[in-house]
Amino acid sequence: MTNIPLTNILFLSTALFFIGAYGLFTRRNMITMLMSVELMLNSVNINFVAFNKYLYPDKLGGVFFSIFIITIAAAEAAVAIAIIINLYRSHHSIDVEDASEMKY
Amino acid sequence: MLNEYFFVLKAEWMLIAIIFLLLFLKVGTSDWKNETLLYAINILLLVNLLVGFFSNLEGALFSGMFHNNALLILEKNILNLGVYLVSLIAYPWLKKHEHVLEFYILLLTTLLGMFFMISSGNLLLFYLGLEMSTIPLAAIANFDLDKRKSSEAAMKMIISSAFSSALLLFGVSLIYGTTGSLVFTEITPLLNGSALQLLAFILLLAGFSFKMSVVPFHLWTADVYEGAPVAVTAYLSVISKSAILFIFLQVLYVIFKPMSSEWYFMLFFLSILTILLGNLFAMRQTNLKRFLAFSSIAQVGFILLGLSAGSKTGMASVIYFLLIYLFSNLAAFGVIGLVSAATGKESIDHFKGFYKTNPSLSWILAIALFSLAGVPPTAGFFGKFFLIMAGAEKGNFVWVIFAALNMIISFYYYLKVVKVIFMDPNNQPIEKITVPALPKLALMICLLGMVLTGLLSWIYEYIYTLSNF
Repeated sequence: MTNIPLTNILFLSTALFFIGAYGLFTRRNMITMLMSVELMLNSVNINFVAFNKYLYPDKLGGVFFSIFIITIAAAEAAVAIAIIINLYRSHHSIDVEDASEMKY
Repeated sequence: MLNEYFFVLKAEWMLIAIIFLLLFLKVGTSDWKNETLLYAINILLLVNLLVGFFSNLEGALFSGMFHNNALLILEKNILNLGVYLVSLIAYPWLKKHEHVLEFYILLLTTLLGMFFMISSGNLLLFYLGLEMSTIPLAAIANFDLDKRKSSEAAMKMIISSAFSSALLLFGVSLIYGTTGSLVFTEITPLLNGSALQLLAFILLLAGFSFKMSVVPFHLWTADVYEGAPVAVTAYLSVISKSAILFIFLQVLYVIFKPMSSEWYFMLFFLSILTILLGNLFAMRQTNLKRFLAFSSIAQVGFILLGLSAGSKTGMASVIYFLLIYLFSNLAAFGVIGLVSAATGKESIDHFKGFYKTNPSLSWILAIALFSLAGVPPTAGFFGKFFLIMAGAEKGNFVWVIFAALNMIISFYYYLKVVKVIFMDPNNQPIEKITVPALPKLALMICLLGMVLTGLLSWIYEYIYTLSNF
């Protein structure tokens, strides 16, 4: 098996992070925005696991951290979807442009 | 050994006990009336506050992941006091609400998260505490379930807090990559200010700035504050912000001490922007909650000035200011919450002629606004004074003069509200509001705090002796 250099993996994770950020800023559907945030969190997971495997193979801190991130991302998604459902009941839409009563 | 696990974690155990008690009440089929329930919960919170002052033990647990010292105990007591006051203020609103128990369970869970966050010695526990204190907050921002604005506020809050924690986590992962450790004390010696570490620090700072609502990252603040119920707004603007600032103090002063010259300039620019934009936007607001949101943004700018000192004085002045800010902001939100629960009015124009019908509430609101502005006899003046003095230590007088000038600008909009309350005529002023016993107690405590915290010098000296890093 040929070794993949660490920089390639870091390039992947950074690209994923900014794709997620781009998605968050451009998408107008709340569920898609939530998915973009998950993408950003997953790029962090890749970072942690890669650093752990390549640079500090005798420690486990990074792997554990990524497990906790996955758990918390699930909790966050649960609360966010509950909020979006509640918002859908009052606004009959999950487009953020429709939920803009408060400005400036 | 077991003793240690109990007393070092005492504040946390207390909260866990209360949360479980409320859970059992929720699961059991109790038909308590809302009033009885609220009185019982407030007594529990009072007990929690009082117990916080006794038999605390300093020490570290779980191989340094969790630690407790005199300063952290003081910070936890401040947060406990704030939660007790918020709970008293929330009484008129919660009396008519169907989900009192859920509200308190979520509220105390966030407080528990903040306790774990401020006494963490490891980035993992810090992150867990941070998320534990923000995710339930978004849920309680939605607690006016049938109001459109409330769910909009909650949606904005959860999306922006998720984004900010993603930024923060990316910074943490880069720190882990460059140092190979998540423990605070192991990270510090390995920081050398390399480009990657600087990027990590900027991402971390951006994440923190979101939570503290520092200016380029403040856009969610006003909307969330306006849409959320008044009690939740008070909680967000005082307790949650104080907790973030407490841990931010440690992150800057302990972890990133080797990079202090770098973060000084970042804080400089952020603070100038924050003070200026917070003040300018506060001037044009017509909703009282939104107005206080922008005023709290401007206050954070001043806090950053004190924070930049990087010394014992800086730390003491920030904690002291947060204590005063807690009293003044909660007094203001207390009055607004009473009016909002009784009449549903939150606009500044509705408060015209408020003095004619409710003189004592007007006085409390006026003193709170004076204290926020920093007019001498009130405690707010001393708080701002110590912050600016701490900032002047570094000799950056441009920043100090800028902050002092902006204090004058801030007088304009604070006093404008005072003028509306006392002088403007109104044919249909808000009718006389009967203040229930619990909010009255909260307003009295806040009033005492606003007057005495500034005049009793031992409070600042006590905080100063505890401040160490």
